[in-house]
Amino acid sequence: MPAAPEESPADSPAVASTRAIDIAVSLALLALAGLLAFDNWRTGMGWDATGPQAGYFPFYLSLILGCASVYGIAKELRARRVPSEPFVRRIQLRRVFQVLLPTIAFCLLMQWLGLYVASFLLVAGFMALVGRIAWWKSLLTALVFSVAMFVTFEIAFDVIMPKGPLEALLGF
Amino acid sequence: MEAFELLVYGFGVLLTWKTLALMMLGLVLGIFVGVLPGLGGPNGVAILLPLTFTMEPTSAIVMLSCIYWGALFGGAITSILFNIPGEAWSVATTFDGYPMAQKGQAAEALTAAFTSSFIGSLVAVLLITFLAPGIASFALRFGPPEFFSVYLLTFCSFVGLGREEKHKTLISMSLGLLLAGVGMDTVSGQLRMTFGWSELFRGINFLVAVIGLFGISEILLTMEERLALRGHAAAISLRVVLRVWKELPRYWATLLRSSAIGCWLGITPGGAIAASFMGYNLAKRFAADKESFGKGRIEGVFAPETAAHASGTAALLPMLALGIPGSGTAAILLGGLMVWGLNPGPLLFVEHKSFVWGLIASMYLGNVVGLVLVLSTVPLFAAVLRVPFAAIAPMIVVSCAIGAFAIQNAIFDVWLMLLFGVVGYVFKKIGIPLAPFTLALVLGNRAEDAFRLSMIGAAGDLRVFWSNGLVGSITTLALMLLFWPLISALWQRLRRATSS
Repeated sequence: MPAAPEESPADSPAVASTRAIDIAVSLALLALAGLLAFDNWRTGMGWDATGPQAGYFPFYLSLILGCASVYGIAKELRARRVPSEPFVRRIQLRRVFQVLLPTIAFCLLMQWLGLYVASFLLVAGFMALVGRIAWWKSLLTALVFSVAMFVTFEIAFDVIMPKGPLEALLGF
Repeated sequence: MEAFELLVYGFGVLLTWKTLALMMLGLVLGIFVGVLPGLGGPNGVAILLPLTFTMEPTSAIVMLSCIYWGALFGGAITSILFNIPGEAWSVATTFDGYPMAQKGQAAEALTAAFTSSFIGSLVAVLLITFLAPGIASFALRFGPPEFFSVYLLTFCSFVGLGREEKHKTLISMSLGLLLAGVGMDTVSGQLRMTFGWSELFRGINFLVAVIGLFGISEILLTMEERLALRGHAAAISLRVVLRVWKELPRYWATLLRSSAIGCWLGITPGGAIAASFMGYNLAKRFAADKESFGKGRIEGVFAPETAAHASGTAALLPMLALGIPGSGTAAILLGGLMVWGLNPGPLLFVEHKSFVWGLIASMYLGNVVGLVLVLSTVPLFAAVLRVPFAAIAPMIVVSCAIGAFAIQNAIFDVWLMLLFGVVGYVFKKIGIPLAPFTLALVLGNRAEDAFRLSMIGAAGDLRVFWSNGLVGSITTLALMLLFWPLISALWQRLRRATSS
């Protein structure tokens, strides 16, 4: 694979520190814990004649989750003088998006084109554009893979996947 | 001798052409999955699970467990030839395995790894054969309080014994338990934590979460690292195999020690990762010349591999006998049991004899066949690693999507998988462990049901968890483990105070 000369990861600026992400995640979890605690309180977190109500167990769990998050935030804030590792560098983040964005597109396309056509597009596109592999190799690999998946799941194992116009045209 | 008769019966269940063919297919798929970067035991089993949805349970579990054996064998190939541990538990294998490959002894290292995996698994399977039925019949007497206390013990031992920061383990576990509770409450039938969103009424499927957390997030991580694969070629000849096997008896102590460590850590949720490191370190400590470790010593391959595989296999014991998985992969197999309409737990041994003994017999057969298969096909699978990652990554994404969709035929689950993929990526990077989350998600409802049934039975009296010797000692042990970090800190402060 002819890789273009890229900046090495160590030179690439950090997008966020691990500590910042750690605190952000803890805050998000705290918010989630608050939301779930409220919902379970509304459902009923006490006891009635038959024993604990539906919200009892999850209510106390959301309290545990909340407390653990608060502890995490406090711990990271107290240690903030110690420099933190970079969470992700820009060049790494770009590579993560190189696979995440096509995956999102694949999930969207799958609803209109069916899984097999979408997977053909994903494999061919990813190999050719991200991997910089020759188009004919990419198209051929994608075709073989998609047909193999179709035969395995649809025909051999009876596992039904979303299908689109192409499959309808072929009579499936 | 009853176990032996049942085992023979299990082999009878197994020996049909169709089952044997599925076994081979499972092994090949498993080795394939184990060799691929960014996939491994739990993810492979989770992604390939949909293949089994339309099979009858015995064939399904045989194929799945063979995928698991295959993945275990496959992980060693990448560790030794490419210095990339396919799994966290193969990390210790790279310490001496890769140096051996560098010295041109790749074939010896691989043979040693496969053989010791085989021995470790065999010891654990023997343990399962003779211990599991007894534990299951003992557990038949368990009521809800006993079951809850065992669940509590499982959860608490993660907090007390895990190496991660305690509050992160707690976050992971409580989040898993909470997400398990989303949807219809099984006791009262009330909806909860759905916020009126109809897609959530079904609840959050465990397998969807696992495929995202392990499969998708692993792809993201691998992409970020951009692994440059530079491996050593290897072909194993019969001569090498026989030479390594001839040396085996010399290492009986290492093999035995590692098997014992593995079995113990597999049954308790300590896990294969801890087992492999412990096996390696103990072998090093007992060795006469410690310096030769890490420079390509065959014992350094024997020790961690035996322990990891004994542990991976022993993790199936509590799953079969009690319905409590001892590892991530065991948890996924448990999820499979539920999809096929089987209720995991001690009753399995009574109600589904052919299933249980078919599975146990398949562990013996799968291991033997797997060993032969992997020894003869190493060059083929090593070639898989030379396929560019740009071709493998999208294929894994597609397999994950198929897996997530097939579970409940819902597009929503595919999006949920993607969300869990991103969550898993972030969690792994900030050190929130995923194993407690997985376990909590699969056991959450059963733990809650056990708690509420105990409470209903005891009219809300918490003392029911100390109502007899058995349940009382398990509960006390669980609480001790939970507070173990605090207890040990206090104890040390006390000792320091008295000594000064």
